Amino acid sequence: MAEVLVYVDHVDGAVRKPTLELLTLARRIGEPVAVALGNGAGDTAAALAEHGAVKVLTHEASEYADYLVVPKVDALQAAVEAVPASAVLVPSSAEGKEIAARLALRIGSGIITDAVDLEAGDEGPVATQSVFAASFTTKSRVSKGTPVITVKPNSAAVEAAPAAGTVSELNVTFGGLATGTKVTGRTPRESTGRPELTEAAIVVSGGRGVNGSENFALIEALADSLGAAVGASRAAVDAGWYPHTNQVGQTGKSVSPQLYIASGISGAIQHRAGMQTSKTIVAINKDAEAPIFDLVDYGVVGDLFDVVPQLTEGIRIRKG
Amino acid sequence: MSLRIVVPVKYVPDATGDRHFADDLTVDRDDVDGLLSELDEYAVEQALQISEDRQEAGDDVEITVLTVGPEDAKDALRKALSMGADKAVHVEDDDLHGTDAIGTSLVLAKAIEKAGYDLVISGMASTDGTMGVMPALLAERLGVPQMTLLSEVTVEDDIVKGRRDGDTASEQLEAQLPAIVSVTDQSGETRYPSFKGIMAAKKKPVTSWGLSELEIDTEKVGHEGACTKVDAVAELPARTAGTILKDDGEGGKQLAAFLAERKFI
Repeated sequence: MAEVLVYVDHVDGAVRKPTLELLTLARRIGEPVAVALGNGAGDTAAALAEHGAVKVLTHEASEYADYLVVPKVDALQAAVEAVPASAVLVPSSAEGKEIAARLALRIGSGIITDAVDLEAGDEGPVATQSVFAASFTTKSRVSKGTPVITVKPNSAAVEAAPAAGTVSELNVTFGGLATGTKVTGRTPRESTGRPELTEAAIVVSGGRGVNGSENFALIEALADSLGAAVGASRAAVDAGWYPHTNQVGQTGKSVSPQLYIASGISGAIQHRAGMQTSKTIVAINKDAEAPIFDLVDYGVVGDLFDVVPQLTEGIRIRKG
Repeated sequence: MSLRIVVPVKYVPDATGDRHFADDLTVDRDDVDGLLSELDEYAVEQALQISEDRQEAGDDVEITVLTVGPEDAKDALRKALSMGADKAVHVEDDDLHGTDAIGTSLVLAKAIEKAGYDLVISGMASTDGTMGVMPALLAERLGVPQMTLLSEVTVEDDIVKGRRDGDTASEQLEAQLPAIVSVTDQSGETRYPSFKGIMAAKKKPVTSWGLSELEIDTEKVGHEGACTKVDAVAELPARTAGTILKDDGEGGKQLAAFLAERKFI
């Protein structure tokens, strides 16, 4: 069976969930060979093997943290040259898409980004994409070279499938462009302890109706009762009530959780573009005419200041 | 010193319009109004701000806006010119129809080189395709540093500096010119074209280039050159209306019951 390269997204050796999902999808089209780079790369092996990686290629070097994007492209190119892969899969983060694009160009291949599903086809892997604010789906494939495909988080359920996970070191030579963009400073974001927005199974978002940063505590309390991530609409972010890194929508993050709860969000097309692929959608809004209600599985027309605390309390009681 | 800034912009179908696909599975641009991609307005704005700063410091700065697209894509250029860009380049050729991202990056890279540049500033993604790969592809093609997703950007001498607010950290970045940067919607509010700006834009030069001027073989672009193929397009049925109820004081409890029924609790 052909080998499929999977780029590993990890933080100091802790593999992020979208990579484990990718391993599940990779097994549909071949045998996953994982590529882990940077600090802690070797520590990823156990988790990757547990989820189906037959081989793990690792390389640690300070360049991955000190310079932007290109060192990772150099490494992935080295992996493509070392392994006769039938496809390369990369998580659809902003950086993942850039790495994938540059790799595709270098190896003379096409690229598909933001796939939401992947299956084997007669002429290579077939990727499903969701376009135009999720009003259409397309099925596409790469018609030249080794297909390079990025896949959105939550596109597959993580499945354990123990495999050998044989670790070997990847031989990487950095090119002249690798040190082009220097990271001169890094301020880590304070952890909230909540799941990452794009990976979370449940997202609770607040919008204009939340009416002030202090009131986001209500949204956070609801999120915490469900173990959810917190999102915000552009209106709430532009008003300075919540950080931009939590913005859901066309100019923010695209999320696709099992459950999306929108509170005080009207549902402008720009917001819908970022959340419409959510499996179950719930909205709370005072305005019965708000376009978000066109999308919902369950909607409550009411004041979020009444409904949200009652919902949070209701969840706590049920969880006992 | 002089600083030549090129801003590649895209003319996109209005997201609030009824977007759909044509028979050849490309985006149908005939039935929906187009406009300058909103995310590119931030790039134009940052180019203007850098230009204003550098001119104050005594530098010569010239901003060229560039687009690849059919005749009406000129509207996107006019908007950028009316905001304050100095001149525009329109790459138009019938053979471009069906070009994918890899092909578009070839056309843009050739046009950027032909126009001459020290700094390329683009939006973080287009609002239609939303791939977000073009700045990286251009950096790869042109062999210059890429500095993407900036919420802040400045140019000092021949160094471009920026701040990128990522999921886990906020990073300070720097690169030597020539370079390519992309900016997010957090980089700063965009200006509205003034009446004076709109009038002045009518007199600014718009150069048109075809594939032959850029010395690009037609088989490298269009449907033939595309490295990806769309096999099928399906319109999703509109989500069927769910349960909507008016809060009578029990709305939160009812919602909790719904979530429990769906096994989220």
